[in-house]
Amino acid sequence: MANITENTGHETTTGLDHRKLLIWAFLGSECMFFGSLIATYLVYYGQGTPGTPTPLQVLDIPTTSTSTFVLLMSSFMMVMSYNAISKGNVKNFRIWIMCTAILGATFLGFQFYEFREFAVHYGLTPRTNLFGTTFFTTTGFHGAHVTVGVIWLVSLFLYSYRGDLTKDHGLMVDIAALYWHFVDVVWIVIFTLVYLIPVGVSGGT
Amino acid sequence: MASISNVLRRPTSTTGVWGWITTIDHKKIGIMYGVSSFTFFLIGGLEAFLIRLQLARPEHAVVSPEIYSQLFTMHALTMIFLGVMPLSAAFFNLVIPLMIGARDVAFPRLNALSLWIFILGALMFQSGWFLGGSPNSGWFAYAPLTSSTFSPGNGMDFYTLGLGVLGVSSVAAALNFIVTIINMRAPGMTLMRMPVFVWMTLVTSILLVTAFPVITVGLIELFLDRRFGFNFFNPDAGADVVLWQHLFWVFGHPEVYILILPAMGIVTEILPTFSKKPLFGYPVIVFSGIAIGFMGWAVWSHHMFTVGLGPIANSVFALTTMTIAVPTGVKIFNWIGTMWGGNIELKTPMLFSIGFIFLFIIGGLSGVMHSIAPSDAQQQDTYFIVAHIHYVLFGGSIFAIMSGIYYWFPKASGRMLSESIGKVSFWLMFIGMNVTFFPMHFLGMDGMPRRQYTYDSSYGWDFWNLVATIGVFLLAAGVIAFVHNFFRSLRKGEIAGNDPWDARTLEWSIPSPPPEYNFAEIPIVNSRDAFWEQKQRGEAGEQGTGAGYGEEEHHDIHMPSPSYWPLVMAIGLTAAAYGMLYSYPLAALGAFVTMVGIYAWSMEPVTASEDH
Repeated sequence: MANITENTGHETTTGLDHRKLLIWAFLGSECMFFGSLIATYLVYYGQGTPGTPTPLQVLDIPTTSTSTFVLLMSSFMMVMSYNAISKGNVKNFRIWIMCTAILGATFLGFQFYEFREFAVHYGLTPRTNLFGTTFFTTTGFHGAHVTVGVIWLVSLFLYSYRGDLTKDHGLMVDIAALYWHFVDVVWIVIFTLVYLIPVGVSGGT
Repeated sequence: MASISNVLRRPTSTTGVWGWITTIDHKKIGIMYGVSSFTFFLIGGLEAFLIRLQLARPEHAVVSPEIYSQLFTMHALTMIFLGVMPLSAAFFNLVIPLMIGARDVAFPRLNALSLWIFILGALMFQSGWFLGGSPNSGWFAYAPLTSSTFSPGNGMDFYTLGLGVLGVSSVAAALNFIVTIINMRAPGMTLMRMPVFVWMTLVTSILLVTAFPVITVGLIELFLDRRFGFNFFNPDAGADVVLWQHLFWVFGHPEVYILILPAMGIVTEILPTFSKKPLFGYPVIVFSGIAIGFMGWAVWSHHMFTVGLGPIANSVFALTTMTIAVPTGVKIFNWIGTMWGGNIELKTPMLFSIGFIFLFIIGGLSGVMHSIAPSDAQQQDTYFIVAHIHYVLFGGSIFAIMSGIYYWFPKASGRMLSESIGKVSFWLMFIGMNVTFFPMHFLGMDGMPRRQYTYDSSYGWDFWNLVATIGVFLLAAGVIAFVHNFFRSLRKGEIAGNDPWDARTLEWSIPSPPPEYNFAEIPIVNSRDAFWEQKQRGEAGEQGTGAGYGEEEHHDIHMPSPSYWPLVMAIGLTAAAYGMLYSYPLAALGAFVTMVGIYAWSMEPVTASEDH
């Protein structure tokens, strides 16, 4: 990911690198994207076809809490890997970033299990009812973002073996880390609004 | 270099066809944006021409009702997404780096990517005409008319996929310009010394980056409904079809300001130049632009006054809509204040700018009429609305864009457009515009619904419809005169020199057309209108800043090298979009090509090594 963006070399007005500004502006755009998806979910919450699975019947709080914990820990690993590369410790960087990617992949495994469980066990697919439609779309797009993040992290891991990922290239890791933390924060919002509050309000199943 | 970059040799040529295809120079990209989007503007005009021919007489049958529905839908979408927006982007590309004293945009290859996604996405969008039909639901595509039950065929899929692909281009370009404007200003150019066009580009880019994700979600939901049986807009599953209207207009109203704010920026550059006065009330005009952008998020439901959202929602949105007229009115007074007492030169760019103010006021006034919800209930879906949007979009945006083309053509090409043909084209367009669209106010007040295929003679709409159609011929003559002027002046136009208009901003301090690196020395800015003040103090020589521009002195300026990968990625993305319609293997292949493009791009150094 060396030169995913470019810079003609002279100093910038704000002193920040162009790429750092770009990722922040991009994340602003992503906020609106997930905001719209979550808004759709909330507008349709509790509406739909009688006799089809509802959130309270299918959502499994203990399992999803575990996967949420895994994803939050991956953010911690990400911080450690950035810390390692800023000190020029490529060896530790490789360990931590691989841990981050593995935890991200674990989260995806949980999601795959959850989706499969819903479909096989409860017969809930996106076509079943409004809950299925909005749930799979919202969490599915989040999962797609995690997938992109995992590919990005693995790419950085492999790139480090080319030997030109040094202390000066901390920014490349920093940008990937910003994206990774953002995806994490979005999950906290989704977990709260989609899983915790509805189940909490109703006193659980 | 890694193996993948050696598959294709790095392009090195900066001339010829490949030089244009692989270029990452913002000026060439701007020119390509301009030429391609003006071509789409002509296609959109042709669609409008057919609509007006159909409506020229009662019970006419120039086209079939189905084709007519596709025509009015595609006319709107073409003009908005393939005409006005990319024409604005052409000015962003051409002018912004020059105005802020930069050598290029922040991400030149990302800029090329935006261009190629736009061109290929636009061709894909228009290809619906030859592949079984274009969208026919109106540009707003209200659910559930757009469901696979009521809109079978591929027409609406060209809508979701085409607009989705074009959205990627717009957001990428907007991100690029946000970073460029915030981070690449010449030393001394503080925010409040930036030219107003730069300010309006910044506000527009922020609107694009925040508004497009909303419609993207709407398009994804519609696409999933149509192709995979999801239930987002399926009333049988209990879905609320008004959700689509909210998603669409939450995007759709900021979009209106995305279309008009760049136009306001262009006019704000041109009026002081030809009035020989500094801009009247610079901070006020900047803050009212920001206020318009901000308030643009709070007025969307005024498109939905007749949906039945209830009196409270209607009252709130009526009030916010009236409020947004205030900063708009402030700008108009600023423009008039700028001209007041000035030494006005009626060159063609100035004529178009004054025409803009005149027509935009008419459109703005009918806009305020629509803000009153009970009154809007009478006007909704009549030709009165058609008159309003054409006064603000054609009289507003397009007149400002024409003004900008006449103003910056010399900078881009090095030659002047002919003033005499320019004036002819202005008057034909100005008169044609009013003859076409003013009668629509009468037709709308008389109850003629918009988007209707034909009408009966007994309604009494014959005369004004015929007048409107005659106006289109005048309008078309004006556009043809401009196209003629364009091609004639490219070859035979008077040589422009650096600063043909005695203008204020930095782009006029360098040669026309500018060298690849723009500024031999990065200028230092001490005030607003820095170049003008410099000229008045007599520091600038006859030809600009007086800095030496000898080619041989500037071999040490390293510019980024051309690249294939933006084009490869754009091809991959467009192929993936077609694949979603026709075959999933093609979609997978497109996604794979896009991935290859991303990796090759990432591994490719910004500047090709010297030993190439």
